[in-house]
Parts: sequence; C-alpha cells; structure tokens
Amino acid sequence: MASDATLHAHAPRPLGGPLVTPVTVVLALLAVGAFAVLAVRMVFGLGAVTNLNDGYPWGIWIVYDVMIGSAFACGGYAMALLAYIFNRGEYHPLVRPALLASLFGYTLAGISIFFDLGRWWNFWHVFFPQYAQPNSVMFEVALCVSAYVIVMWIEFAPALMQGPGMAGIRRKLSRVLFFFIALGLVLPTMHQSSLGSLMIVFGYQVHPLWQAGWLAPLEYLMTAIMLGWSAVIFEATMSAVGFRRRLETPVLAGLCRILWGLLAAYLAVRIGDLVFRGALAHAFAPSVQALWFWAEMACFVVPLALIATREARRSPARQFLAAVLLMLGGMLLRINGFLVGYMTGPGWSYFPSLPELLVTVGLIAFEVLAYIVIVRKFPVLPAEPAAAH
Amino acid sequence: MTMDRRNFLKAGAAAAAGAAACPARARGNKTLPPGAVGLLFDSTLCIGCKACVSACKEANGMPPENVTSDAPWDAPLDLSGKTLNVIKVYRDGTAAQKDRETDGFAFVKKSCLHCVDASCVSACPVKAMKKDELTGVVSYDKNACIGCRYCVAACPFGVPRFTYDTPVPQISKCQLCQHRWSQGRYAACAEVCPTGATLFGTVADIRQEVARRRALKPGEATVFPRGRLGGADQSYPGTASQYVDHVYGEKELGGTQMMLLAGVSFDKLGYPKLPNESFASTSETLQHTLYGGLVAPLALLGGLTLIAKRNVKDHEEDPHGE
Repeated sequence: MASDATLHAHAPRPLGGPLVTPVTVVLALLAVGAFAVLAVRMVFGLGAVTNLNDGYPWGIWIVYDVMIGSAFACGGYAMALLAYIFNRGEYHPLVRPALLASLFGYTLAGISIFFDLGRWWNFWHVFFPQYAQPNSVMFEVALCVSAYVIVMWIEFAPALMQGPGMAGIRRKLSRVLFFFIALGLVLPTMHQSSLGSLMIVFGYQVHPLWQAGWLAPLEYLMTAIMLGWSAVIFEATMSAVGFRRRLETPVLAGLCRILWGLLAAYLAVRIGDLVFRGALAHAFAPSVQALWFWAEMACFVVPLALIATREARRSPARQFLAAVLLMLGGMLLRINGFLVGYMTGPGWSYFPSLPELLVTVGLIAFEVLAYIVIVRKFPVLPAEPAAAH
Repeated sequence: MTMDRRNFLKAGAAAAAGAAACPARARGNKTLPPGAVGLLFDSTLCIGCKACVSACKEANGMPPENVTSDAPWDAPLDLSGKTLNVIKVYRDGTAAQKDRETDGFAFVKKSCLHCVDASCVSACPVKAMKKDELTGVVSYDKNACIGCRYCVAACPFGVPRFTYDTPVPQISKCQLCQHRWSQGRYAACAEVCPTGATLFGTVADIRQEVARRRALKPGEATVFPRGRLGGADQSYPGTASQYVDHVYGEKELGGTQMMLLAGVSFDKLGYPKLPNESFASTSETLQHTLYGGLVAPLALLGGLTLIAKRNVKDHEEDPHGE
C-alpha cells in the first residue's frame, strides 16, 4: 500500500467521507431557495422576482452568475494552458479539480442564462443557422459558452468512467482527448474576451473609465485567466482546510509567480489605456464611479505588492489573500463595466432584489455542494501519502 | 520549456497571421436603404396634445398605462413595454415661452429613430431585430426573439423596451406601422398629428422638407404639410420658427430615418450628443477582424492541438489523471 501510494503520489482518489454534514445541509437549503425563486420567475415573469428595468435590462443574474461566474470558472482553462501548452507538469495535479470547478461554474452560468432569457423556449434559435446572426457579439458568446460546456464534460468524463466496463471507452476517449484539450483552450479564449466586447456596442452608455473599446476584450481575457488561476489557489487552499489536507504551497508559489507576471502586464494595459484615452481624469472626479474604480484598482494593485518576492509567494496567507483580492478585482471590473459604469440615461437605477440575490447565492451553494459530493465520490483530488485512510 | 514556449508562440503567431489575413479593414457605417422611409418631428410645431400617443396605442393594439381611479385614462410617462411612442416636455424656470431654453418649454417625441446602422440589429444574436433592406424599417420578430435584452441594453436612445411583468414577455418598439401600409395607411402618429409636427415620408422627402424649413427666416409666412410628405395635400399656413442649428438624426451614428428639428438644443430634450461613427460598426469591425471566416480561431486551434498532442503523449491512459 505504501509503495503504491509513492508510485502514484499524484493519482487522483475519491476522498470518501460523509455527504450529510451541517455544511452540506445548509448548502442544500440555499440551493432549494434559489430554485423556489426560479419557479416563481417561470410562472410570473422576470419582473415578479427581479429589479430589472429597461434602464438596466441586465442584472446580477447576467453580470454575476454569467460573466463573473464563468470567469471564476476559468481555472480549468487557465491550468490546462499551463499544463498542456507550456508543458508544466508540476501543475498537472491541479488540472482535474480545477476542471471540475470550471465544469460547475460554466454549467451554472448556462442555467442562469436560461432563466434570465425572457423567451427561453426559443433558446435553441442560437444554434440554428436560419437564425444565426454572426455580427452579434452575443451570438458568438452563446455558441462558444455552450460548446465549451460540452467540451468540458468530455474532458472530465474519464474521471466519471470508473466502472470496469468503462476501461475500453475511457482509453478510446483518452486517445483523442488532446483535441478536446485544445478546443477547451480556444473556446474560452474566444468567449471570455467577447464578454468584454459585449460592451463596445453600448458606446457612450459606458462610463469612460470602462469604455476600453478594442482593449476591452484583451482586458477581459487577461483577467479571466488571472481569475482562473486565483480560483485554483482559492479552491486548493479551501479544500486543504475544509478536507484537512496538506496545503499545496510550493506548487501554488510557482503559480503565483506566473500570476504576478500576468497581473503586471494587465495593469500596464489597463492604466495605459486610461492614460491614452485621456480617461484617467474621471478617476479623480467626485463620483460613485470613481469610488468603485479605486476599489477595483486596489484589488489588482495590492496583490502586485503581496506576491512580489519569492519569499512572499511562499506564504500560504499571502497566496490566499492575493487570490481573493484578484477574484474581487475581476468581479469589480465586470460589475463596474456592466452595472456601475453602465449609464443609460437619467432616472434609471438598479440594485438586485432579495430574490435575485437568493438565486445567485443559492446557485453558488449548489456549485459548492456538488463539488463536495463529487470529490468525495470520484477521483478528482490528488491522493496524498500522508492522508489518513 | 523553451521549446514549448517557442511552440506556443508559433501557435499564437499562426492565429495572429490568420486574423491579419482576413479582411481587417473597418466595416464603416451602413448606408441608407434605397427606399428608406421615416418620420420628421418638428418640436416647434408640436402642441403636446398627445393625439399621436393615443393613435399609436390604437394602431398597434397596445394597452393603456398608469391608469388610476383619479386619472382613468392612458398616461404613459415614457416608452415602455406598453408604449411605443410618447410626447415629453422640457421645462425650465417659469416656462413662460414655448421653444425657449431658459424660462421656456418644448415638446419632444420619443420613439424609434430607425437608425441607418442600428445597434439593436447588430446586437441581436438571432435576427429578431431586422432592418428592412428596402424601407430601412427596423422591425422585431417575437417568434425569433430569445428575450436576452441585449437590444434594450445596446440602443443608444433607450427605445426597445421589454415586458418584465409577464411569463411570455416580448420587446416593444415602433415599426412605423408597417402592418398598415398595405391598407394605404402609414404611421398612425403622423396620420393623426393636427399640426404636422410629425410627418411620415421617404427619407429623401424628409431631407428636402428639413432643408426648406431651415432656409426660412423666423417669423416668415409659409405652409406646413400634414400627414404624409408626398401624400394628399393637408397643408396649412403658418409662420416659420427659430431652430437650433442642428438636425438630429442627420449624422448621429451614421444617420437615422427619423429626423428632428427643435427650438432648444437636443441634449435638453433627452437626445444625447453622439459621434458620427456607429457603435455597431466599431463592434462588428472588431468581431470580423477576430473571427472573420473563423480563420484566426481555426489557426489557433490547429497550433494548440499540435502542442497539446505532443504534451499529453506521455499520459496515454488518462491525461488529466496523472
């Protein structure tokens, strides 16, 4: 047993353990709450549960659940980029858990879109050529996100094919998996950047601090990758604490180094764009938007200092804090671009209603719950020699 | 590592070359369709009677709004899922004189401008928003619509509205009463307008009428047509007004098929200052540069597939597992 553990030190193993705990029960209740609200939405319409209006036709179900949720779910994409393209084998053990979180993040983003669509029964139109409108950024996002969810399920399938009869199909799938890995890199590159492009057609309705034009897709892509890596650090730390496993500090320190480089590049693009467009002055105006802008910038600049040195990157606390701040920063960039800085004219306002918030919280709870169940039942997290069996 | 980075750069370069190979030049604003029709709204002629609001509701079968027991009549304050056309008032100080910016007031019409290069048409993922190739009417097809409301968010004029209070919602917007054309009718708002403040006509006729009015001296005697430009003569004598030196809709975002004349500046009337280049063209130029012919994505996919194939070779059984 000991030698087996040494040989396959990183091979994923089901964690086992109880499924019904106080934590999972609370998560399940929150998820039920969300689905109750969604049932009301289906019967009485969006207006019955949301504060959406024609000035703010998109609320947190789009901006948080879809835009931010899918960016948080870029862990699988960002880790696969490192492991398979830059061939950094040391990140291999982090790919599968990251992919699982991504799978849920994206699947739930898809579910959120479905409930947010006013005429959801026509949803299939996006996939049929007679309706296709390729000039639309939304069309591209919808196609790519849907395709990516399918690709991720295929990528993750080997983990679920554990029965003895499954070996054959598993081997066959493994032989072509490289193609799905590549596809799983191209699709998020496309739609994560396009989520930023969605803003371009809004034109003057977007506050100058977020009206990045052609750089918007680049900024959204860079932050999506950063958010992916940050989410991996966050998840690795949380599951180490939650499941009482060893912290993966050295691997995460290496990840922080790469993250730091991308962060520095992102800040150069973001600030450079503001200076170039002459929009920086708006940051010093006494406005709500300026306040949110500084909050957003702080979430990016502080991590730049937090994980600047080799020593600093070895600290689990700094790793975690930097990851959390970056996730907040990416979240604020999107909230600012699509809600705080989206100004459609005087007289409109939006703040999510309680049921709207319940749905968002409930979906996150459902995601965490499903993650816990799957890692306990299926081989996702790398086994560790020191783990108590 | 250097090897892989080089390969990655190769894949990136292939994708970049792909993007460069396909037409990356700006799409430019779309141009006015040959048989374009639209509306002319002259704020100085509008008396605020709102006959157009009522006629629009009737012609389009839209329900009344803000009906209370104190005011048991249709009283829309803005465009909405139930209102495709509304007359608003600008008021300043004592509001003593019509069409004056300070201590004055003015009426303005809000309804779809039927942009030459419409943001809603560019935004819609399923062709539910379409611009007629001949008449240029921007129409909505609820049978195609998925209800994503990107058009609502995208429209720079806040025109398309959504019905949030029903499980079977839809977008509401002016379609120039094109369902009545076959009966020899036209936009109800223009048909009913008693002063000719709202006129229906071809964009060519509208431009001509705009030029005629702008050439008049304020106070000069003239005639104002009513109803439809080039239709039955319903003109009446009047005196020319003082206009601000701006025809709204002439150049904004590449032009619109509804044009407005007014005595007070348009930003006071809720019509924003806009660039001449359409937002749709900026957005679509970017999309076509990145995705034209799918060249760049396929090049990137090809490059990444080769690299991924080599890098997962050692993990035949289960790439993600070991």
